[in-house]
Amino acid sequence: MAASKGDRRLGMLFVCAAAWIVLIGAAAIFADLLPLHSPNDMDFLGKRALPDAEHWLGNDQLGRDMLSRLIYGARISLSVGLLAPIIGVTVGGCLGMLAGYFRGPLETITVGGIDVLLAFPPLVFALALTTYLGQSVLNLTLVIGILGIPAFTRVARAVTLSLAQREFVTAARALGATHARILLREILPNVALPLTAFFLLGVAVTIVVEGALSFLGLGVPPPAPSWGSMIGEGRESLDLAPWLAFLPAGVMFLTVLAFNVVGDSLRALTDPRPGAL
Amino acid sequence: MSAPLLSIEGVSVELPTPRGLLRAVDGVDLRLEPGQTLGVVGESGCGKTMLSRAILQLLPKRAKLTGRVMFAGRDLARLPREALRKLRGPELAVVFQDPMTSLNPVLTIGTQIVETLQVHLGMSGVAATRRGAELLAAVGIPAPEQRLRQYPNQLSGGMRQRVAIAIALSCEPKLLIADEPTTALDVTVQAQILDLLAREQQRRHMAMILITHDLGVVAGRTDEVAVMYAGRVVERAPTRRLFARMRMPYTGALLAAIPRLDTPPHTPLPAIAGRPPDPTRPLPGCSFAPRCGRADVHCHESKPPLADPERAGSLYACWHPL
Repeated sequence: MAASKGDRRLGMLFVCAAAWIVLIGAAAIFADLLPLHSPNDMDFLGKRALPDAEHWLGNDQLGRDMLSRLIYGARISLSVGLLAPIIGVTVGGCLGMLAGYFRGPLETITVGGIDVLLAFPPLVFALALTTYLGQSVLNLTLVIGILGIPAFTRVARAVTLSLAQREFVTAARALGATHARILLREILPNVALPLTAFFLLGVAVTIVVEGALSFLGLGVPPPAPSWGSMIGEGRESLDLAPWLAFLPAGVMFLTVLAFNVVGDSLRALTDPRPGAL
Repeated sequence: MSAPLLSIEGVSVELPTPRGLLRAVDGVDLRLEPGQTLGVVGESGCGKTMLSRAILQLLPKRAKLTGRVMFAGRDLARLPREALRKLRGPELAVVFQDPMTSLNPVLTIGTQIVETLQVHLGMSGVAATRRGAELLAAVGIPAPEQRLRQYPNQLSGGMRQRVAIAIALSCEPKLLIADEPTTALDVTVQAQILDLLAREQQRRHMAMILITHDLGVVAGRTDEVAVMYAGRVVERAPTRRLFARMRMPYTGALLAAIPRLDTPPHTPLPAIAGRPPDPTRPLPGCSFAPRCGRADVHCHESKPPLADPERAGSLYACWHPL
């Protein structure tokens, strides 16, 4: 029964999206094992070479293998794209749930803190932090992760606020449940659904943001490839070899789209509330 | 007479609202012996749910409770939070009105029952699962092992209420508060649920407060009935005596408002004219006086006390009883 239900609800789009994520993810994880050229080896005779049997997707403006750079770039783009929202969802989810459940001064402080963080211009924040801490993948992840906290906090708080009023929470209290139990066992499973959907959206947004920061030169330090920095470098030879920018842009587009599709489908599928039937 | 299990003494609940202080419960006194059933009857907004929340100490944060709620010799209103929490479940339990919302929609029935057993009775996972299935079987759910794996939305309203009852009964409480347990259910299921509650109550020798707006529900299933109006108990008597001789005109009007099978079709139902008084603007006299056919000047000016002037075991608050 589960299989037929899944088929009916998920459809081809989901399968394609999931397959794409698996493909990109596997390639990124096993990049070292794949028979790839080094992403940083330059071949000055083969600058902007067209695809051939040796270099399936051609070379970039410094003669580095495009396929290899795309795959190693996926490593960085995906790890930043996944880790940054994990920071956001963990910190923001906890803060939001606590604020929405206990209300009072805790909520005032949390909401105030979020508003301060939201009012701070994100680009200036990213600039300040990367100049101060130095440019590295870890710092980039931290910056994007911290910038994502307010959104997750708001989602978690809004959902918790409405859940805390529901009768099953009162029922749990009437059965002698502690606050910790109510938060973890009654409210968290309900908050997890919207947060997961929002998390996948966050992954998509983060990949784009990482791309934008790398494009601006604030991202991953060269020569390490990331999709954003590849687009940035490809921009210089847009007239000679447009594919150098369009290939990473296309891969990023497909990946972001895939995460959105999967997020949407999973939310619709795993939501056992009557409203979603 | 044994010591009462629950004794409510002069309990009032006040809620701050934008329109002023709302007195939801106004000086209520009630007693309940172990194993007995008390019916609390009244229309919407008369304070019966607030009274049940006051007993459970589950009032909204801003509500102010005065009076004493003595449960097995302890005043619940002054009990430390941790002690109160330990009391809920093994001593006090509640079944809510709407089984659609009183079960967590994203956890299976099994998780909800089994975890309650594990937390309160310290059972192992396997034992708790077995006990959970037994409980479901006891409340009349067929194929309990399969039901344990289902989510609340896969069950019908009546089934969900049975599950809610099973969870409430899981820790063998001494007092069960059933807050309109059948209001959200189909009429055909109502009797089954009430019978189930009565059966489990007898089996466990558990005291029960049955809150309802339906006099018909309390008629055959309670030992004593308290009728509430505008936050006050206006009549309280052993069930038999109450139905044999109602003294308070409000109780009489409630009974008259129940449709009967033997009246011809299209007969207008004798509804109670008017509406309950604004709880933020208490009346100086009897709260029911504006809607009462027997009211005179005296009724509008001074509030009748809940008393038993005839020493017949039936208390009522009325200057001109039926």
